[in-house]
Amino acid sequence: MPSTAYLIAVLAIVFTITIALRALPFAVLRTLRTSAIVRQLSVWMPVGILAILAVTALHGTIAAEPRATLYALLAVAVTAGVHLAFGRRTILSVGIGTAAYVVLVNAF
Amino acid sequence: MTAPAPAPVPATRRPQIAAGVRDSFSAGLGIFPLGIALGLLMLQAGLPWWLTPALSLATFAGSLELLLVSMIATVTPLAAVALTVLVVNFRHVFYAFSFPLHLVKNPLAKAYAVYAMIDEAYAVNASLPAAERSAPRLLAMQIACHTYWVGGGLVGVAIGVALPAPVKGLEFALCALFTVLTLDAFRSRREIPSALLAGASVAVALVLTPGIAMFTALLLFVALLLARHALAARRPAAETADA
Repeated sequence: MPSTAYLIAVLAIVFTITIALRALPFAVLRTLRTSAIVRQLSVWMPVGILAILAVTALHGTIAAEPRATLYALLAVAVTAGVHLAFGRRTILSVGIGTAAYVVLVNAF
Repeated sequence: MTAPAPAPVPATRRPQIAAGVRDSFSAGLGIFPLGIALGLLMLQAGLPWWLTPALSLATFAGSLELLLVSMIATVTPLAAVALTVLVVNFRHVFYAFSFPLHLVKNPLAKAYAVYAMIDEAYAVNASLPAAERSAPRLLAMQIACHTYWVGGGLVGVAIGVALPAPVKGLEFALCALFTVLTLDAFRSRREIPSALLAGASVAVALVLTPGIAMFTALLLFVALLLARHALAARRPAAETADA
């Protein structure tokens, strides 16, 4: 059982590093707002970052439950299918996709 | 954080806040169950219950917090904890490029927006058209997400004793959310090069460094975009001017 002092030290470290990682780039970029390359990157980045998050989240799901790889891929297809077929309603797509995975993982 | 700075359309703050809360629902589907998972894990690891809300307030970073539970339980040296935080959260460095912090004028609100800039907040915002973004909408979404996270953690702690085996597979909500948001950010054929470069980056990262795939993929992706920028600059400006 870790001591309370250790726990508080962890909390302080986690707070400081996370806030620094989130805040410092804004301070740096403020001086670069007019830079063509920064503006170009801000246009190009979102779709790619989201794709990377989607793939690594899928990888995390599969790593946690390797025998459910097929179910995870199936559930991704269900999520995307529902999203494109039913007018891009995020909550509906995420809800049905997650429900599909939960059912598949627990039923088989 | 109840008084966000005036939006570009100040007369409509209330609907903006409502829109922000609505934005948060889809993210909440992933955040709330993960919060419950954090509370449960924390108790299973033999850590005090209050560490769940304390950690969720010290930092708002879901995947990191789940990762930290076992490290804290085994009293991992603080330097190793610091390094883990640095590597796992390093991706947030890249969010500054397109996170609309300039919309938020109030300094306190600005500080909170940065503090609560989680993946989901970045992602939900990135999938909104620029004209629909505003400070109240952004902050309402972030505060709502934070509430789901802390609330989920407390619920997890509360049911930790009663429920020996929680429903398996709920964490897939995170995966589904990012899938949907990627589809929404993919608005036109102009996005194809970025998506392909990201795909290549993440494929290489998963093969070379599966343990820190996200970190490697983001670094590779940025490097490839810089190369793309250098290439585009040499060609006639027609292609890049409208991007």
